[in-house]
Amino acid sequence: MRDITHIIRQAAEDAQIEERQKLTVTVKPRQLHPVVEALYRNKELPFDYLVSLTGMDWGETLGVIYQFSSSADLTQEVVIMTATADREDPLLYSITDLYETAHLNEREVYALFGIRFINNPDMRRFLLNDQWKGFPFRKDYSHDTGLNPVTVISSEIVDVAPCIRETADGKLIEENNPVFDEEDYIVNIGPQHPSTHGVMHFRTSLDGEIVKKVDVHSGYIHRGIEKLCESMTYPQMLHLTDRLDYLSANINRHALCMCIEKAAEIEVPGRAQYIRTIMDELQRISSHLLAWACQCNDLGATTAFIYGMREREHVLDIFDKTCGGRLIVNQNVVGGIMFDIYPDFRKDVNVFIPYMRKRLKEYDDFFSHNPIALGRMKHIGYLSREDAISYGVTGPAGRASGWSCDVRKYKPYALYDRVEFNEVMRTEGDSYARYQNRLDEIAQSLHIIEQLIDNIPEGEVCAKTKPVIRLPQGQFFQSVETGKGEFGVFVESRGDKTPYRVKFRSPSLSAVSVMPLICRDAFLSDLIGIAGSMDFVIPDIDR
Amino acid sequence: MEVKDIKIKAFPAEEFKDNETLQQYIDALKKEGGSVIVGKLDQLIDWGRANSLWPLAFATSCCGIEFMAAASAHYDLSRFGMEVTRNSPRQADVMVVAGTIVNKMAPLLRRVYDQMAEPKYVVAMGACAISGGPFVNSYNVVKGVEQIIPVDIYIPGCPPRPESLFYGLLQLQRKVKVERFFGNKRIKRNYRPETLIHPETGESIDPQIDFDNE
Repeated sequence: MRDITHIIRQAAEDAQIEERQKLTVTVKPRQLHPVVEALYRNKELPFDYLVSLTGMDWGETLGVIYQFSSSADLTQEVVIMTATADREDPLLYSITDLYETAHLNEREVYALFGIRFINNPDMRRFLLNDQWKGFPFRKDYSHDTGLNPVTVISSEIVDVAPCIRETADGKLIEENNPVFDEEDYIVNIGPQHPSTHGVMHFRTSLDGEIVKKVDVHSGYIHRGIEKLCESMTYPQMLHLTDRLDYLSANINRHALCMCIEKAAEIEVPGRAQYIRTIMDELQRISSHLLAWACQCNDLGATTAFIYGMREREHVLDIFDKTCGGRLIVNQNVVGGIMFDIYPDFRKDVNVFIPYMRKRLKEYDDFFSHNPIALGRMKHIGYLSREDAISYGVTGPAGRASGWSCDVRKYKPYALYDRVEFNEVMRTEGDSYARYQNRLDEIAQSLHIIEQLIDNIPEGEVCAKTKPVIRLPQGQFFQSVETGKGEFGVFVESRGDKTPYRVKFRSPSLSAVSVMPLICRDAFLSDLIGIAGSMDFVIPDIDR
Repeated sequence: MEVKDIKIKAFPAEEFKDNETLQQYIDALKKEGGSVIVGKLDQLIDWGRANSLWPLAFATSCCGIEFMAAASAHYDLSRFGMEVTRNSPRQADVMVVAGTIVNKMAPLLRRVYDQMAEPKYVVAMGACAISGGPFVNSYNVVKGVEQIIPVDIYIPGCPPRPESLFYGLLQLQRKVKVERFFGNKRIKRNYRPETLIHPETGESIDPQIDFDNE
């Protein structure tokens, strides 16, 4: 860590460096890019993975919190903060030239906070329409619904991207660049399209049948969850996390629970840890099964879809019996879990494990080597390791490109440091590698459950907590490995019973931001197959 | 209220809890008038319609996954003649709005609805589609799809289980079965367009574009 401090000092002498939950550096807007670049180009330990980019409204100032990590060692983390006092026309420097994942995140910060980023080539609003009045995440945003009323009049999509560029002599020039060429033939895929896995909108320009460019539009399910959290107490917030990535509902909620528990110093009983880990792995299996089913369905194999959903129902039955919820499990609470498991839980899970193993073999036999499926997955949608890191693509998709990024291995939480499992890795980087990774991860999850299910200790399932939970002042981070990748929670507290700012790091946002890259020069029909292999969940992107 | 008229073959009234709404619906239909002689032909057409309602899944979030689960083998939506999920609104009879509708989506939802051919029905599935659900306080969430389009059936839950979805869809079948095709009478459904405002002029839009032949 001393080296990192040294590097930062070299790039910016007056940077404030503090040891908080993570190493936190505060720099002036001008120094941001040099500091980040120095960390990025650090030879021994390059900080080449931008975990999250969080817009902030600190009252007097508007700013951004960057969380960096190293692709070689995810335990190394640096948090960099910067802020500007100009609330009328706040400008900060973009880091899209170093990290591709910053692009959509900066556009999101512009839509929600009104901060524009210099040198970002495309500064359109993400998530919200161009006509939106005000910036909803600012603390002084008026909640008058008359400001932005519901309407049924469609607004035109303007394919012009404004941008602020800094010239060599330090002048700022505002430009408008066209997104597509004039002659381009553009097809809208979505937002109401069955194969985009929700309400994604890809504006796709075509050259015959070949995809030339994909322009990602999102926000058709932007529910403002992070803003809603600011007016809720910590236990109330929990149920909103379930509805982000609903396929990993239990794991998302686990992340927020852990973040609060860590900050409030609540010890979780051992029995709850066991149950949480088992439920997380069951949830991962159900998520991967659905991903597998939908990917096969996207390639035209309806049988596989029916098979995947069939096995998923077995997991959902266990959830149903445990806590009454099928899709949204609603089990984790601050301090442990809400209810104890039912008496036959162990038996049911022990029946499920061999059943699922048999089915995995069946999937392998009848679909994984099917020549049509192979033709549509092998060497399609290639994502290199460098791009996976630059775009922040984690989870099975990132590991299919040879990037070891399993949070359970690097930053073990719950019981993951006590169980033995392999991080499933492949280096091909194509759709087929991602496909195989998911099936292999199901096998690994079964292996984890097997080690835990017979050893659940007796005892309490929930620690005693205060009736009103207040977090101490500070910034708290927690990441977990969901079915889609690294899911992060960031909470800034000012000591109240409600948070000051909450941010969720969405693995699906990275997965969708890489779509323009991996779909370029592919067939239009493969675009759907590639989207299936990336397995993104739209409400997780839009939040 | 007194329930007397609900006689639908294959759907015994005592198997359903909510008969009052349907009774009101029938009374309103009667009040509207309509032909009396063509009863048998009406029944035939309603039988055909009710048993081949092709849904369009306007699935935006969690409820969409439960809709998928309902359509797969374990629950099997095809038992009710609804397995033909149409992705084109022009071929669909019932739109299942499954999930939150936000301001940005509202015009698109309306456009898809307008593209559907009559007779068309709308099912609001889940808390979000009914009222905004857990996100009702958000700056960007439509507080119930009935602000944008008329709704026939509400299915509560967050998300509703496939069993609830089936119950709601069976209620819709009952509604279809008491309709009168030849009188071409359909009664007004729940619809609150008063909140729709033109984004530029700020005037309220009157979207009652000949919905129900009123």
